[in-house]
Amino acid sequence: MMNYEAPAVVVDGLRVIRGPLEVLPGISLSVPRGQVVGLLGPSGSGKTTLLRSIVGVQVVAGGTVTVLGEPAGSPGLRSRVGYVTQDPSVYGDLTVRANLTYFAALVGAPRDAVERTMEEVDLTANADSRVDRLSGGERSRVSLGAALVGSPELLVLDEPTVGLDPVLRRDLWAMFHRLAGDGTTLLVSSHVMDEATRCDRLMLLREGHLLADDTPDGLLARTGAPDAERAFLALIEKEVAA
Amino acid sequence: MNPRLTLATARRVLLQVRADPRTLGLLIVVPCVLIGLLAWIFNGTNVFDRVGAPLLGVFPFVVMFLVTSVTTLRERSSGTLERLLSTPLGKGDFLAGYALAFGALAVVQALVATGFAIWVCGLDVAGPRWLLVVVAVVDAVLGTATGLFVSAFARTEFQAVQFMPAFVLPQFLLCGLLVPRDGLPRALELASDVLPLSYAVDAMRTLTAQVDAAGDVGRDVAIVAAFAVAAIALGSLTLRRRTA
Repeated sequence: MMNYEAPAVVVDGLRVIRGPLEVLPGISLSVPRGQVVGLLGPSGSGKTTLLRSIVGVQVVAGGTVTVLGEPAGSPGLRSRVGYVTQDPSVYGDLTVRANLTYFAALVGAPRDAVERTMEEVDLTANADSRVDRLSGGERSRVSLGAALVGSPELLVLDEPTVGLDPVLRRDLWAMFHRLAGDGTTLLVSSHVMDEATRCDRLMLLREGHLLADDTPDGLLARTGAPDAERAFLALIEKEVAA
Repeated sequence: MNPRLTLATARRVLLQVRADPRTLGLLIVVPCVLIGLLAWIFNGTNVFDRVGAPLLGVFPFVVMFLVTSVTTLRERSSGTLERLLSTPLGKGDFLAGYALAFGALAVVQALVATGFAIWVCGLDVAGPRWLLVVVAVVDAVLGTATGLFVSAFARTEFQAVQFMPAFVLPQFLLCGLLVPRDGLPRALELASDVLPLSYAVDAMRTLTAQVDAAGDVGRDVAIVAAFAVAAIALGSLTLRRRTA
């Protein structure tokens, strides 16, 4: 039944309207399995809305989103997809361990998952600290851990590296690639262009449109730009000129 | 509904309450202080015997309404609710988990407050005393269920707190404590017939006055419980997995 060749996510003609704004005017893309895919774009480009649609918590106006072979938001997907929002959504008045224990229970994770996850996000030393007493970076790692604890097949991360120090950011990206090596698909959004080179594949989003969907090397070769930031600019200028 | 997920949620809510000892203290101590004050004010009259038991039912309703509406609102605004609803946790599990956790707290609160009223303040009850605790706990669950429902209509904690006088005080005025319900103007009497707190207070009054109270009290408790179930069902309609 499992088909590992099929993409993890297929978005086809997705339209999302929020208030008076058409945030996504009909976007199509696919996310291959077992890769770290970066979703890059300035704030307001529709990254969060796209991620929310893939997780199945966004009201959509049209189009289809297929995740791991099922329509996004299907009950069967709820333990297979992990979602980390931009702001840490964990319980500040509970300890790190209590938070992870609760989220582990919700997805039916095995007993040792909590300790394993705390090691993965480097919070073993803070296991018994209340989350609201931790630093911002530590809190966002608790939030990441709450998604990791269920060993999801698809991990959707909205700006997970904001406010982290460079060492921690490097470690986090190393972990993303380790997870991808084990077969997990990761979709990571960021507005920091220098994170582009750490992804297996890049999607550049601007005003709800996909400007590019390529490997980092392919993108640089195609635009002749020395880095992702300037490749992004080159693509925008080309679009404006056209 | 999945009992395992419901219990995990109830356990998590109780851990959060335990992490806040001041709230826990207030939950237990405040009803006793109020009961004590009441007994003292009406010292030497029979008023305390008449209103003491009904108030034992009103306090848990009010307290649990407030606590639940604020906690659920916090859960909505912090993004944890959205996260929970993207997991296998069902809406019913979420609501039942809260009702179970606060119901358990209500058992402790009701035992302490009832014990205090009977043994310290000398409350005289004709019916079986354990029924006082049962009615108080059902009232608390009603407060939790109503608080869960109402929190959907509040955007800030300020609004949630304002819903207390808006939802609770009219019920308190009409429940028969100030003026017996059959002595109210006809329109108000009809209104009091469809408000759950009226039945909570009726149950407590029956308990105070009748030795053989179990039948009438059972009927009133069933009505209050039905209101609680209805509030939980309405509350589950306000939880949306997909939002705009």
